[in-house]
Order: sequence, then structure tokens, then C-alpha cells
Amino acid sequence: MTTPSQKIRAKVIGVSGNMVSIEVPEGALVQNEVAYVHCGDEHLKSEVIKIRGNTANLQVFEDTRGIAPGQDVELTGELLSCELGPGLLGMIYDGLQNPLRLLDNRQGFFLKRGQYLPAIDQAKKWKFTPTAKPGDIVRAGSFLGSVQERHFPHQIMTPLGLIGTATVELVRPEGEYSVRDEIAVLKDEAGKKTTVTMSQPWPVKKAMKAYAERLYPEEMMVSGVRIIDTFFPVGRGGVACVPGPFGAGKTVLQHILSKYAQVDIVIVVACGERAGEVVELIDEFPHLTDPKTGGSLMDRTIIICNTSSMPVAARDASVYTGVTLAEYYRQMGRDVLLLADSTSRWAQAMREMSGRLEEIPGEEAFPAYLESRVANFYERAGFVQLHSGDKGAVTIVGAVSPAGGNFEEPVTQATLKVVSAFHGLSRKRSDERRFPAIDPLDSWSLYLKQLEASLNSRLDPKWVEMVTFCTSTLRKSAEIGRMMTVVGEEGVSLDDLVVYLKGEMLDAVYLQQNAFDDVDQATPIDRQVKDFKLVYRALFAPFSFKIKSDARRFFARLQDAFYQKNYTREGSAEHKGYLETIEKLLVEGSAA
Amino acid sequence: MIKAYNHITNIIGDIAELDAQGVAFGELAQITNTNGETSLAQVIKIDRERVSLQVFAGAKGLSNGAKVRFLGHPMQVPFTADLLGRVFNGSGKPLDGKPALFDAPVIEIAGPSVNPVRRIVPRNFIETRIPMIDVFNPLVESQKLPIFSQAGEPYNELLARVGLQAKADIIILGGIGLKFDEYVFFKHAFERGGVMDRTIMFVHTAADPVVERLLVPDLALAVAEQFGIEGKRVLVLLTDLTAFADALKEISVAMEQVPSNLGYPGSLYSDLASRYEKAVDFEGAGSITILAVTTMPGGDVTHPVPDNTGYITEGQYYLAGGVINPFGSLSRLKQLVVGKVTRSDHGSVMNSMIRLYAKALETKKKIAMGFEKTADDERYLKYADLFMQRFMDLRVDIPLEQALDLGWKTMAECFSPEEVGIKKADLDKHWPKKD
Ligand SMILES: Nc1ncnc2c1ncn2[C@@H]1O[C@H](COP(=O)(O)OP(=O)(O)OP(=O)(O)O)[C@@H](O)[C@H]1O
Ligand SMILES: [Mg+2]
Repeated sequence: MTTPSQKIRAKVIGVSGNMVSIEVPEGALVQNEVAYVHCGDEHLKSEVIKIRGNTANLQVFEDTRGIAPGQDVELTGELLSCELGPGLLGMIYDGLQNPLRLLDNRQGFFLKRGQYLPAIDQAKKWKFTPTAKPGDIVRAGSFLGSVQERHFPHQIMTPLGLIGTATVELVRPEGEYSVRDEIAVLKDEAGKKTTVTMSQPWPVKKAMKAYAERLYPEEMMVSGVRIIDTFFPVGRGGVACVPGPFGAGKTVLQHILSKYAQVDIVIVVACGERAGEVVELIDEFPHLTDPKTGGSLMDRTIIICNTSSMPVAARDASVYTGVTLAEYYRQMGRDVLLLADSTSRWAQAMREMSGRLEEIPGEEAFPAYLESRVANFYERAGFVQLHSGDKGAVTIVGAVSPAGGNFEEPVTQATLKVVSAFHGLSRKRSDERRFPAIDPLDSWSLYLKQLEASLNSRLDPKWVEMVTFCTSTLRKSAEIGRMMTVVGEEGVSLDDLVVYLKGEMLDAVYLQQNAFDDVDQATPIDRQVKDFKLVYRALFAPFSFKIKSDARRFFARLQDAFYQKNYTREGSAEHKGYLETIEKLLVEGSAA
Repeated sequence: MIKAYNHITNIIGDIAELDAQGVAFGELAQITNTNGETSLAQVIKIDRERVSLQVFAGAKGLSNGAKVRFLGHPMQVPFTADLLGRVFNGSGKPLDGKPALFDAPVIEIAGPSVNPVRRIVPRNFIETRIPMIDVFNPLVESQKLPIFSQAGEPYNELLARVGLQAKADIIILGGIGLKFDEYVFFKHAFERGGVMDRTIMFVHTAADPVVERLLVPDLALAVAEQFGIEGKRVLVLLTDLTAFADALKEISVAMEQVPSNLGYPGSLYSDLASRYEKAVDFEGAGSITILAVTTMPGGDVTHPVPDNTGYITEGQYYLAGGVINPFGSLSRLKQLVVGKVTRSDHGSVMNSMIRLYAKALETKKKIAMGFEKTADDERYLKYADLFMQRFMDLRVDIPLEQALDLGWKTMAECFSPEEVGIKKADLDKHWPKKD
């Protein structure tokens, strides 16, 4: 490493909020290179975001108090990067991949600025088992061997940015190594040798593409949320967004996904939201069980947390840090879920910076490049086939917080253009405590059609058909409900009333799910199939009643039986009891 | 070290610009006007030599011949136990006729965030004896929660009432754009409640300079934070944060920033969040609970101020028509205490009563439109009335458990157990037996 003094080539000439202007008497400036503003003893991490002649603008990832003209600025020439290697799982990082627990040991209650620690433990020894041997021809992301990281073999890969192929010159034998130790030596096509260690940097704003090809999602990612999996599924390697007004349930939904989604690894990006919400995860996860490995939930999770009172510019970084870590595990053939709450805060960070740069503002003062940035981010999701033949996935579910709860605003609109599933939360449903407040009439998922064959073969031969039937019942029911508010119950026919009650029941006992009940909060897919087919039978049944009040009374009982069943464990005596009650009622209703 | 200048180049709004050297971002300056009046000011922008200062007392009457002296440090506030029982204005000057705390140690305001890993999950239920709060949206220690309301509603009364009930170690009131009468109201309420000796008030009245409004939350919260670290359970009451947001708007317009929404700066969310996020339960120390008032211009929740606030806070109490509306209101921390710290049937009562009330209101609407009343309708109407009387009326003052019992009684008076959507275990235990 060069000494910092060689890199100090610039001086501060201006400060406005978290933007600092600098001047460089000579030498090159690199767009997006990392710089450090020397504010007294504190060296504040920043990124070059605009170059104009020999001046440049930095976004500072820290509080800018105390920065003054004339202060030194160190230019590193390196892009903002993550450190990738074993030891990432279970970590809690800030947006710049600072390990918050370790900072904690040094700083007490508060986050002091200008303190940066290595993202992964540099001293820890890992037991490395080589799989490559000298003479092997490798390319970017080829596996050289592995170490056991928590419940997974963590593949040690060739540099992910390697161009072309290289020949393995040397691989270290099985043994204990730290992430800094040489693990292999490669010779590239030009004959240049490079040393490979177990960790490597990656520039966060660049998509990682060391795979053979990107594939179309083949199956759904099971979330455990009934309305999502059954009605608006998300493909493994797909992208979904969850827009909704404040308090409509975005975070609760993301938390449920983070706990119950059937994936290998979950990366939670808390971007510009409440610190308390992250604390809940940190508090809970170590005590929860990973549905896939049986280990602690923390073992499969990485939390990136740049909460709303932390410096705004680092919010921008946090989203990219998250997706980079996700891509890294995908390179090992892992199935990764990235949850971003909330992408709107990231967009706002862009807006603040754009304003300070005095760029021409677009709608609601968002910069013109908002759409392309949002699109680039979601495009980093995907189901891919690696050169080894293994497959890996990054699924992204992003929360969106539209101003005024109005989906017409720029961030929601930019997001809707690039996602394949839209889980729109409605204020009306959350006010009525119909959680999750995903609006069943407004939301959509392209995956239901795209994955039709896979869903039908995996869940039930008539799955998609049944789902479609239920959706149309919901629509009819809503229409009749609307009519009833105008003409009253007297104004609709008995048959229509029955359709209305069926729709309401489906909503109450299947679409709604209580995130705070131990049993109801997540429904495994096998149980979803059974539950759904049962409610489908009730919806499909040609019930007949003599008078409207009979119908109402009947549905109150049936709905209650379904509802009670949701709260009981499969296989329990109560559960069996409710199933029997439902069967009896189904017969009774048809005979009446 | 201290740098002084005798000339201001530009004065725009409450911002004074001058050429100065060696000045740091966020630094404080003292401006002495030609008539001898002084004001503090803060550096909010530096462009080479050109320094922009936000003048706390406002720039009205400011001469370009005023003296500007840079103090070499950012805004600070004294911190000592002697603060208790005192009243200060928006720049920290005593308003109660007692001497300033000159020798007290000082702390910086608007300090850094708490490391999230040093926070703990809050679990202490704060009983307010207001059923609409305790039953439906319980308040939890370290929560940040605004009262969404409108001019004419009794929001300050509600704030004071909860403030007194909360049994905090220390109460800090931050008044922003308060009417004089409101200030006196709080003072009397605290005196009558016998808490004045553990109360600190930072009061900016509507007659004071706009810029000082911006400082009130920071002063209040910096002091609160320090007490919190020392192990005290602090309750911060802020009213009205819409006045705070409007001050932000004025300043940003003067700075010629591109507004994002109705003239408010794009940073409104971050500006509000950095204050609200001071609410915290410290691991191994005290806590800060923030209860604030956000008035909604035109009663519109989608207005940028309540809207951004809602995205930041852990719920809100929606006060309209003199009652806390159960639908617009939300306590997001309720799941941490409901049924865990409170009685096990709390969750069922809370959810079902609201669902039934929603349905009852629909029924009311229907009847109002002239539809025939069915027997079902009658029961919902009865429920709506009882709910109003026994729960929503702000005069009701009962402990939580009594309110829960009243909830079961009310449901049983109107409905059969199958109709209330409550799990069987709770029904078996609490549904009033017919005799
Ligand atoms: N599935 C659910 N079951 C029960 N309650 C829920 C559910 N989802 C949300 N809620 C309730 O709604 C509240 C708000 O949810 P949440 O915090 O997820 O909203 P949000 O959309 O993330 O809001 P914001 O945009 O302000 O962050 C929760 O605290 C909880 O009380
Ligand atoms: Mg949220």
C-alpha cells in the first residue's frame, strides 16, 4: 500500500450539506473513486460523483460538520468496494460494510464518524479444502476450493473480475488459512501471475456477471405468505416490489419473508428506515430456526443497516452493498433473497445529492436518471447458470414508500416498469386491519402465467386454474359489495349475496394472515396447497339457501371454522376438529 | 483563533453571506448588529471564500455593517442537573428570569446516531388510562409517536395528559411556534401535576424568529440524550413539528433549493428522521420516548409533513373531532407488549373490536343512506354507540385491564361468539357466560 500522503492531492474548496467540492492542482480524477476528507484527525470516506475540469464534487458518507476549505483530501483511485470472502454470514453492517458490532466495541453508544474496520475478520483461520489443481484452466469465479462457513461450504473463487482464462499455477494444500493468506496463484493469458486470497474486493456499483448465462426463473420462491405464494408468486431469481403508504405493512411483510422464505441466504437492507426495526431482527434472529438448515436464522442472514438518521449518502451505498453480497453468494450456486426496505429512501438520497449538484430536476425534484438507476439495480437480480453447471439466484423484493401513498409518484412508477410482481398495499385494507394489506384486486404477478407449468406440476394439476377462479370470485364479490353499498342488501339477489360472502370469506381466511401468531404467520407450501384446495371447494360449491339471513349465518359459521383452523397446528386434535366441522358445513350448505 | 469580520455581502431571507476564511461547515458565529443587538448564526454553506450563515434571530433589520465573529465550534447547549425546572427559548437563553447556566459543561447538539447494535428492543408498556391508546394502540417506552391533528383539536391537552401519566423521570417540552397561552397551559399543567421540578422547557413562541424554531427539537433532544445515557427515562414532548417543517421550508426557499413537494425541501424526511430517531432504549442505561404533535394543514394526512412523519415514526394517534380515531391511529410497537406484557387476551380484544367497529360504521353509513335496518344492523348500531361511549370518549379514564373486561362485555352485549372472529382459547376463557 502506498502511504496516504502520496495520495493527498486535493483540497476542499466548498461544503454544502453532505456535498464537498474539491480542487486538484494536477493529476487525474476518477469518477466514483473513493476519497477521504481529512477533517482534523478524522478521515471521512467520500465518493467522487462529478468531475468538472480540475474540480470535483464528493458525496461524503459522514456528517460534514467541521469540514473547511483548505483541508486535505486523499484520492484513492479505487472505486467504492465491498470485501467478499468467508465470514460475511451473520454480520451486521452499515451501508459501507462497516461491521457494527465491532465498531460497538470501540465507540460505545454512538457511531463516531471516520472509523472504518475490515468487513470480515482478517485473523480468523478457516479450514480450506482445495478442489482445483495446478494446470487447471479457470475463468472468473471458478471454484478453487472451499471452507465451511456456518451451514454452507463457502466456495473460494478466482477473481470475479478476471478477464478471459487463466491457468492455475499453485493451490495451497488442505489446511488452516486466514482470508489474507495466499491460497492459489494464477497465470493469466498474458503470462502475468496473480496471487489469490480467500477474500476479494468488488466495486459495488458494478453488476457481477461471472456466470455462463442468465436463465428464466424456473420455479417460485416460497415465501410462506399465502396471498403471495398462491395469488401473486415471486419467481426464484425474480423481482417484486411492495409499495404502500406508511403503516400499511411493508416492513412486517419483509420481516416475514426474511424469516420464512425458502432460500439459502437472506440479505436484509434496512435503507433509511427505523433503527428499531433492525434491532428487532437482531434480537430475534439468533433464537429463530432457519427452516432450511435447522440452524439459527442469523446463520443465513446478513443485515445491512443504514437507518434514517445515519448519513444520507451511505444510504445510496447500502443498496449496492446489499446486492453485491447477494451476487457473490449466487456465484457459489446459492439461492439468495435480497430485501430492500425502502428503495424510496435510496431514491431520496439521490434526489438530495442531485439538488446539491444543481442538476436539472425532474418530477418531484427527482433526477432524470432515477429510472435508469432503479432499473439497473433490479436487473442485478436473476436466476443464472454458472460455468460449473450449478444454478444460483438472486431474488429482489423491494419496498417502496410513495409520497402521500400515491402510486403515481416517480419512484413507484420507475419500479413498476422493471418488476414482474407487484404487491400493492392499500391504506383501506390496513385501516381495516386486513393484513397483509396486499390489495388482491390491484396487485399482479407475471410469474403466475410464466411459471404455470411448474406450479401445476409441483402443487396441483389444476392449480393456476383454481387460482384464477378464486380471483374472479373476488372480483365479482367486490363488485357486488360495491353495489350493496348503493342499493342495500335488499337490492341484490340471494345468489349474488352468496358470491359476495364467498369472496369475503376467501379474503378473511386465506388472503389475510396474522404476522404475529406463531402458527398463522407463515404457511408452508404443503399446507398452503391443502388449505387452498379446501377453501376453493367452498368457493366452488353451489350452496343454496332459502333466505339471505340463512346464507349469512351459514357463512359466519363456515368462516369461523376456517379461521380457527388457521391458528391451529397441522396434525393437532383441534386442527382435525375444525377440518371435520368444515366438511360437515360444506355438506350442510349444499343440502340446505 | 477567533475570527471577526465587519462586512456582510448579501442578505437573503434569514441568510447572511460574507467572505471569510478558515471557517468550518456547521460552525457558529455571533452577529452583532449596528444597533448592538446580537444573534447567533450557523454556517450552512461554504463556497470557497463565500460563507452562508443562517441567522437565528432572523435577518430583519440586520445591517450589512454588522460584526460577524466566528466562534470555532458548532451549536452547543449546557448540560447540568440545574436544567431541571427551567425554561429556555429557542437559542437556549433563560425565559424564566433566572440566571443563565454559564459555567455548566456544554454538549453539542444534533450529535451522531446511536449504533443500532447498542439499542435494545423496547418492552415497557406505558399505561395512559386512555382506552383508545392502552387497548388499541398502546404506547411503549422509547417509542416515537406523533399526534396527528388539526387546529382547534385538544392535542396539547392530550399531550400534557399522556405526559403526566407516563411517569417518566424527566419531561422535556420542546415548544415550536407555540401560542403564549399554550405555553402557559403547559406550565400550569406541569405545576398542577407536580412534575415541574423534573421538567425542562425549551419554548419558541410564534412571535420569535423563525430560525430559532429549528433549534428547539435539537436542544431538547440533546439534553434528553444526555439524561438518557445517565440512566434516566426521559419523555420528550414536541409541539408542533409542522411549524418546524415550515421553518425548514422557509430556509430552503431562501437557499434557492429545488423543492420536492409543496415547497418543502427534498431532505424533509431525513430532517425529521434525524430528530425522531433520537428516541431510543439504551442498552444498560435510560431511554427517550418522543411524543409529538403534527398538525395537518387542511386536515390532509397526505400533506408532506404528516406523510413524511408517518413514514418515520412508530405509529401515530389520529385526533379528530375530539376523539382518537381508531383507524388512522397505530402503535407499531404494540406487538412487543400486547399479550406479552399485558393480559393474554389483549390481542384478540384489540383486533376484533376494531374490525367490528369498522363494520358498524359501514352499517351506519348504509342506514344514513336510507336503507332498511335488518336485525343484524341493529346489533352493529348498538355496538357503535357503546364503543363511542365506553372507549372513544376522551373523558374515559380507566386502567387497561378494566378496559379489556369492558371490551368483552360490550362484544357479548351485541354479538354471538362466532361473529367476533376470536380464537377459541380466548373465547373460552373470557366470553361472558350467559346466566
Ligand atoms: N401481517 C400483519 N399482521 C398483523 N399486523 C400487521 C401485519 N402487517 C402489518 N401489521 C400492522 O401494521 C403496522 C405497520 O406495519 P409496518 O411497520 O410493516 O408498515 P410499513 O408499511 O413498513 O410502514 P412504513 O412505510 O412507515 O415503514 C405493524 O406495526 C402492525 O401493527
Ligand atoms: Mg416500514
